[in-house]
Amino acid sequence: MEIRYTAEHEWVAIDGNRATVGITDYAQRALGDLVFVQLPTVGSAISRGAVAAVVESVKAASDIYSPLTGRIIEVNAATVSDPSLVNSDPMGAGWLFKIECNDTSELTQLLDESAYRQIAQ
Amino acid sequence: MNSRPSTASPPADPLRRLPLHDLHVAHGARMEPFAGCVMPIHYTLGVLGEHRHTRAAAGLFDVSHMGQIILRARSGENRDAALALETLVPVDVVSLRQGRQRYAFFTTPSGGISDDLMIANLNTCLYLVVNAARIASDVAYLRERLSAHCTVEVLTDRALLAIQGPSACAALSALVPMVAAMRFMDADVFSIDGASCFITRSGYTGEDGFEISVPAAMAATIVERLLDHASVKLIGLGARDSLRLESGLCLYGHDLTADTTPVEAALEWAIQPARRVGGARVGGFPGSEVILSQLSHGAERKRVGFRPDARPVREGAALFADATSNAALGQITSGTYAPSAQCPVAMGYVPASVAHIGTRLFADVRGQRIPVTLSDMPFVPHRYRR
Repeated sequence: MEIRYTAEHEWVAIDGNRATVGITDYAQRALGDLVFVQLPTVGSAISRGAVAAVVESVKAASDIYSPLTGRIIEVNAATVSDPSLVNSDPMGAGWLFKIECNDTSELTQLLDESAYRQIAQ
Repeated sequence: MNSRPSTASPPADPLRRLPLHDLHVAHGARMEPFAGCVMPIHYTLGVLGEHRHTRAAAGLFDVSHMGQIILRARSGENRDAALALETLVPVDVVSLRQGRQRYAFFTTPSGGISDDLMIANLNTCLYLVVNAARIASDVAYLRERLSAHCTVEVLTDRALLAIQGPSACAALSALVPMVAAMRFMDADVFSIDGASCFITRSGYTGEDGFEISVPAAMAATIVERLLDHASVKLIGLGARDSLRLESGLCLYGHDLTADTTPVEAALEWAIQPARRVGGARVGGFPGSEVILSQLSHGAERKRVGFRPDARPVREGAALFADATSNAALGQITSGTYAPSAQCPVAMGYVPASVAHIGTRLFADVRGQRIPVTLSDMPFVPHRYRR
């Protein structure tokens, strides 16, 4: 599995035409303790750049954009009942949703780790 | 990820670095601009942990961004400073006894609020604490209106600390034993290591605690000595905001503005009988006609508390009578998740006709109507030492 990133501080784990999405450690640090997570509906269609999820800390709400165009095939309901999972394990147990991707060419527009590291400093 | 904070405003001037800046950085603070200063938003514990720690033990806050002002009567009689200040606030300052503090607000000619503040009678002078974003305009206003009777001195060489929570008294009395005898809203001058400190038993969290004005040069030493107490941790402005909101306390510029009157803001309790109709010094403050009339007849809208269903509702969210109506009834002015109440909480303004506990309304969160229940405040009980 290959991990890519977006400039909006999401990580995208790619497995063929399926991708798991979450927020990076940098993002969870910047947001602080999360208290609310809203996830997309399984089965819904989503476009790249559209708001897919919302995470809220004590101080603010933040939109999570879909990094790809496709269909939501799974969401991590555990983060809804325990938003702190996103803080404690953002790239593992704190994943947010999975997408089945329509157009795998979109994958090439994501950032690799070294490109993302330059943004997340 | 794209944060949508509703409260940010660009600073007009270069950011101020306050006396405890390096101490905050050394303690792992996340520093961000706030009201023209670089301030600690949270430390390594995080907002939730810091909020809970304050209610469980003792939180130590640096609030040096706030304005500290000494008002001194040119006559030398403190009563003359009180009489002068009463021309700007609808509060009974004259009968504020030596060693006592009182909540107040500057009112506008149309009855709005141009800032809220604390006033302490320190015997030879009045000691005022005003909001950071309002310092320049408050000081200019005080000088313009009161200079004939008072000198207005801004204390730029002082830091302001707050220690709050059930262990606050134990921690501070290790340095200043006399504070244990103080009651809520007492104010006095004490010496810490030879430094003159103004201490009030007050705060902005709903907890028992103290605010401590200390010479800037002594601030870091006093903070480290307070941190020596096992129950004390540094707490950032993030938790300060959730603590005050959970306690139903207003934030100027959000819950109180020049467009909200004290009666609309449900702050009638802060206007003592002496300044009301039938009182010894009725009126005589800006906007008195509007405010006295509203005290007698009520206001058309009210600040109230809300418990939103399921998710936080933020500042700026419009309020509706039902899930489909397009006519907004009012607006949320502060909202967050309350870490101690363990639910979302908010406050905002609604027509007096619907301002009843239990009323169900809907807040618009980007097109989604979130049900909210009008609720009593505070959301957690105050624990002042009266």
